[in-house]
Amino acid sequence: MFDDFFIRALIAGLGIALVTGPLGCFVVWRRLSYFGDTLAHSALLGVTLAYSFELNIALSVFIISSLIALILIQLQKKTNLPGDALLGLLAHSSLAVGLVVIGFLTFIRFDIMGLLFGDILAVTTDDLLIIWTGGVLILLVLKLIWKPLFASTVNYELAEAEGLNPDRAKAIFTILMAAVIAISIKMVGLLLITGMLIIPAAMARNISDSPQKMVLFSIIGGLLSVLLGLFSSLEFNTSSGPSIIAASLVLFILSLFKIKQSIKLKN
Amino acid sequence: MSSENSTLVKLNNAGFKQNDKWLVEGVSLTVEKGKIVTLIGPNGSGKSTTAKIALGIYKNIEGSVEKYTNKVGYVPQKISIDWTLPLRVYDFMLLTENIKEEAIDEALTLTGVIHLKNKNLGNLSGGEFQRVLIARAISKKPELLVLDEPVQGVDYTGEIALYELIKRISDTLNCGILLISHDLHTVMTATDHVVCLNGHVCCSGSPMDVAKNNEYKTLFGEQASQILSVYEHKHDHVHSDKGEIKKN
Repeated sequence: MFDDFFIRALIAGLGIALVTGPLGCFVVWRRLSYFGDTLAHSALLGVTLAYSFELNIALSVFIISSLIALILIQLQKKTNLPGDALLGLLAHSSLAVGLVVIGFLTFIRFDIMGLLFGDILAVTTDDLLIIWTGGVLILLVLKLIWKPLFASTVNYELAEAEGLNPDRAKAIFTILMAAVIAISIKMVGLLLITGMLIIPAAMARNISDSPQKMVLFSIIGGLLSVLLGLFSSLEFNTSSGPSIIAASLVLFILSLFKIKQSIKLKN
Repeated sequence: MSSENSTLVKLNNAGFKQNDKWLVEGVSLTVEKGKIVTLIGPNGSGKSTTAKIALGIYKNIEGSVEKYTNKVGYVPQKISIDWTLPLRVYDFMLLTENIKEEAIDEALTLTGVIHLKNKNLGNLSGGEFQRVLIARAISKKPELLVLDEPVQGVDYTGEIALYELIKRISDTLNCGILLISHDLHTVMTATDHVVCLNGHVCCSGSPMDVAKNNEYKTLFGEQASQILSVYEHKHDHVHSDKGEIKKN
């Protein structure tokens, strides 16, 4: 009924949505959307390195993104610059360096649009393996650090005082962020990955009254966005990334009606 | 010494410096099982800082902290919770430890806020939230309770009831309590040991000893003398308005 590439894209997209759902909630709660952007932009550098040294793209992106996260933490300690300035500095310079490197690699034909906005045709069977094993690993680790990560998101000092080691949880979470970007870059594209993290979670916030519900709705929202997005991508021949994100925006707009209702009830 | 194994946390000449300014220095105190130690002192005297040193929140400290328990309940003075989180009282009770439903209900009932169990945390009043904070700290059945101005914003009758509750918890759970309070009356009646801070330890001892101390009188003025009789007492230093110490 459908072409193989489309089936692969569906399986890949659904796998990604399962992971971005819960991670996206933490991105929203901890106000990390610009941090996500920075990691995603640095992914371009990772992709160019993958091509230059014939590495696996996901692995290379994961390494570069983790490295950028480490540099960010060091800069935060050593300089007096505000966090958003440091994020901007790293995001744009790593994007620029990535593009410059691409300019040098004249012998390789790059699909820049595919890199920036995702390309469902590019998803191979190997990618599916990476997405699903990587995704399951990310979710398992997130489950392990859930308690300290969540507690320190609510209040750092309570978590620290009551012995939960929030710093370790935060460091591990940063690595998980790099990992989710690495597995979803081919599908969603580096400009739109943060959207995949934030928009379903934002939609879920509008209709949830507990953290567990928000995670659940965020996952469901992500899955629906992938389904809607990919089918419309096939139908209208649009890039997969923008189609998925546009679908999630539609769900977000629908969720606003629920807010209006609950505000009315309160008054 | 027999007291060794009942010690929960011990500060040895501890201090903390931030931006080259000492928030507090030279604090030594011990909290033991079943005992209430109270920190008093004016604003900015380092009470909350001392509590955070004891809890291990501050890492780069002078001196040392020996902590003998990991079962800690903490009620901070200030807590800013981000309302991007959908959080009910029930979720908040489970924040740092998975406790049983009965223990949650029991703690919320003790502090008089069981009816708020499924309410969103953001919709509570200041006093209600304070009661939830106390309930959360005691529901874990901790060995060490650190309460930083636990009854702020609570109505007067509630305040007395909560202090009675705190005293009762100390007795029934046999836990040690480090209490920070402005209410000198409570301090002087329900405490085993008082530490009077003003950037350093001004005086410490039993409530009676401290009340007799002249520096305590200087810090707290007439209010203090109404609670326990004040005796003349020689002191060796005074404080400038910046909290600096001048020897006489």
